[in-house]
Amino acid sequence: MKNEGVHISSYSSHGIVLTVLLALTTLSVMVTDWHLGAFSVSVALLIASIKVSTVITYFMHVKFESLFLKLLIAGVFVIYALVIIITFIDYFLR
Amino acid sequence: MLMSTLQQNHSEHIDSETGKLGMWIFLFTELFLFGGLFLVYAVFRAKYSEDFHTAADELNTFIGTLNTVFLLVSSMTVAMSVTAIQKNNRKLALFLVLVTLVLAGLFMMNKYFEWSHKFEYNLYPGSEVLKNLPRGELLFFGLYYMMTGLHALHVFIGMILLSINIVKIGKGTVNQQHYLMLENSGLYWHLVDLIWIFLFPLLYLIT
Amino acid sequence: MSNSETGSHVSYLEHKGKYKGILSWLLTTDHKKIGLLYLYSVVVFFFVAAILGVLMRIELIAPGETIMGPQTYNGMFTIHGIIMIFVIVIPALPAIFGNFFLPIMIGAKDVAFPKLNLFSYYLYLIGAIFGVLSQFIGGGAPDTGWTFYVPYSAESSTNVIYALVAAFILGFSSILTGLNFIVTMHRMRAPGMGWFRMPLFPWSLYATAWIQVLATPIVGITLLMVIAERVVGIGFFDPKLGGDPVLFQHLFWIYSHPAVYIMILPGMGIVTEIFPTFSQKPVFGYTAILFSSLAIAFVGYFVWGHHMFTAGISYGSRWFFSFLTFIVAIPSAIKVFNWISTMYGGSIDLKPPLLYAISFIFLFMIGGFTGLTLGAVAANVQVHDTSFVVAHFHYIIFGGMGFAFFAGIHYWYPKMFGRMYSNKLANIAWGINFAGFNLLYFPQFVIGLQGMPRRYFDYLPQFQTGHVLSTIGAFVLFTGLVLMVFNLVYHARRGAIAPSNPWHGVTLEWLIPSPPSHENFDVIPEIKTQPYLFGNKSDNKSN
Repeated sequence: MKNEGVHISSYSSHGIVLTVLLALTTLSVMVTDWHLGAFSVSVALLIASIKVSTVITYFMHVKFESLFLKLLIAGVFVIYALVIIITFIDYFLR
Repeated sequence: MLMSTLQQNHSEHIDSETGKLGMWIFLFTELFLFGGLFLVYAVFRAKYSEDFHTAADELNTFIGTLNTVFLLVSSMTVAMSVTAIQKNNRKLALFLVLVTLVLAGLFMMNKYFEWSHKFEYNLYPGSEVLKNLPRGELLFFGLYYMMTGLHALHVFIGMILLSINIVKIGKGTVNQQHYLMLENSGLYWHLVDLIWIFLFPLLYLIT
Repeated sequence: MSNSETGSHVSYLEHKGKYKGILSWLLTTDHKKIGLLYLYSVVVFFFVAAILGVLMRIELIAPGETIMGPQTYNGMFTIHGIIMIFVIVIPALPAIFGNFFLPIMIGAKDVAFPKLNLFSYYLYLIGAIFGVLSQFIGGGAPDTGWTFYVPYSAESSTNVIYALVAAFILGFSSILTGLNFIVTMHRMRAPGMGWFRMPLFPWSLYATAWIQVLATPIVGITLLMVIAERVVGIGFFDPKLGGDPVLFQHLFWIYSHPAVYIMILPGMGIVTEIFPTFSQKPVFGYTAILFSSLAIAFVGYFVWGHHMFTAGISYGSRWFFSFLTFIVAIPSAIKVFNWISTMYGGSIDLKPPLLYAISFIFLFMIGGFTGLTLGAVAANVQVHDTSFVVAHFHYIIFGGMGFAFFAGIHYWYPKMFGRMYSNKLANIAWGINFAGFNLLYFPQFVIGLQGMPRRYFDYLPQFQTGHVLSTIGAFVLFTGLVLMVFNLVYHARRGAIAPSNPWHGVTLEWLIPSPPSHENFDVIPEIKTQPYLFGNKSDNKSN
């Protein structure tokens, strides 16, 4: 039947994940007060990426899904990143 | 990959692995939909970084952070509701989805106050005030409205999905054996959260 | 074998389901009937857009105003493009032949989400109707070209928003079809059919579906941005407000280039099925064709800038996009070698499907080579926005996807309708089509090189000869198309009864009755071998 072998996340694991996410959110707000100049975008995006990965891995249960799905999700982000990078070949080099 | 049971399965229910894969692919399309807006944002932030900083000061970081907290907690509650239904705890699942829905409502309320506050200052696309701003600031607000607007639309759709789940859990059509609807709605809700996780620093936390 | 012709078999066309009469079509979730719904819609809209094309050709037979003024002409090429691209060429092959044959060829009873499938069809219909409506309402037929370039699309007083909404809805239909097909192939293959035992038409649909899913949303949001420009002046693309019109072009072509691979990949998949069948020989290079399909989909995602060489993008960009454009041609060339090698040494049966498939190669190659001309940055400056481009894309889209479509309908017609058409009529129609097509489009290469601009309703007298030849070609082609369709429509109820396997094919659709029963298979087959084994000595050479 359907539920055989289906991993069930515990309530506490979800709670821990939320705590981590809230901590990262606090961090990202604090970081805006530090003067990082050009790096501020990168740091903000880095923290956001960690949060996103956490939500995907735990809340969206991908940690316990197939390798295929994991590769797929990574691949989709890679393709999107390439689109941005290639567009900037125009904008940065004009 | 092994063959699904769908071949001989003529029941009303779609096999859960099949349904989940379908929802994931749909989420990819949503990522690319917002992705177009993020691309426009990237181009103009690179070009008008000063203006973006000035314009972002108009946004209320406290409300933005509060909204972030609402969505993060709501992601937890909807994820917990799946655990609850898997453990056959119908009442808890129902309660958790309800909490998720309430948090979504609070998010929307905040959004309403944010936008109406700006409208009071005539800061909306097409307004005279906006037209007289420096170009980068004008574009920032255009992006702000379009991105948070599209996001709010998706929050609204998510709220409808959550409401449907409340009804179905109540009726018992979403239960320990068949909870694809809840799981997929949860995935959709997490996507709404994911997009906000990127929107928040890009719009509210520009230094 | 319970799947071969039996006396008790009930065709899907006669199946008595939950609904009767017209509702059994309008509310069907049977992938085969949905495929036919798409087929009938596509044929109707194709002739609408084709007639628009003929009217344009009449206008162009002489310089100056012939039968219409410039505003009307601009409206014509716009709606001709919108219908042909968004209503015909992008949806047709997946929605018609993919819907009908994908489940059968992988041994399934239907797609993964049959109700979503029907919903896709209705989205398609509504989108198409919006497109038609844009012609008749308020501000008049849009005149921006199907490419909706800003700033004009933001400023034109015509019904641009209707057209944008139409394209958006049609895009959503495309996305849902792609989603359905991906999940179908992942989850519903018959027992024993591993990925590398799946025939190559499904593989082509798989590559196509990923493009549908990952590229279409970007044009979706872009169209919404143009609506925002028109309605509130959002400024993203308006230089007066700090925006960049070239950014629109980037966003637009990020989808619209991969879109052309949505158009051609299934067509390549169809001819890849036809060549082995009519050579009675396995496909040469199954693995090479498979990975070429995936490579075309992947690399094709990153070449969009070759539509923008003269738009003002950076030198680095132009270099990058040109380079990748040449790279993406390679897997297509590999396929051409494989198709020809499939025929080599085979037992050739030159029936109409093969005739169309062979001419597909010829026309596709002309289209492809002239694509390389366009892809070379220096040469592009000469031919961009001329008739050369128009000829190029008609060769590759119409000569490529279109002829593959004709090949496919002639191939699968016996299976879909249970009847045989007249081979003689089909061959005659083919000849007229082939001659008319080349007469219509080849002169456009010549005058394009000589400087004839595209989308112009008037021109210098030196281009007239080319235009006259082209217009004659249009009439010849139209005649051929009418004859071809007549042959197929006439024999759908009157043709000889088709056997289950008139062409001695070996893929699963040929092992079930013509037409198939409602659930395709009485017993889901178990697959034990690779797909292209003909039971003759050629089997040993397959890989």
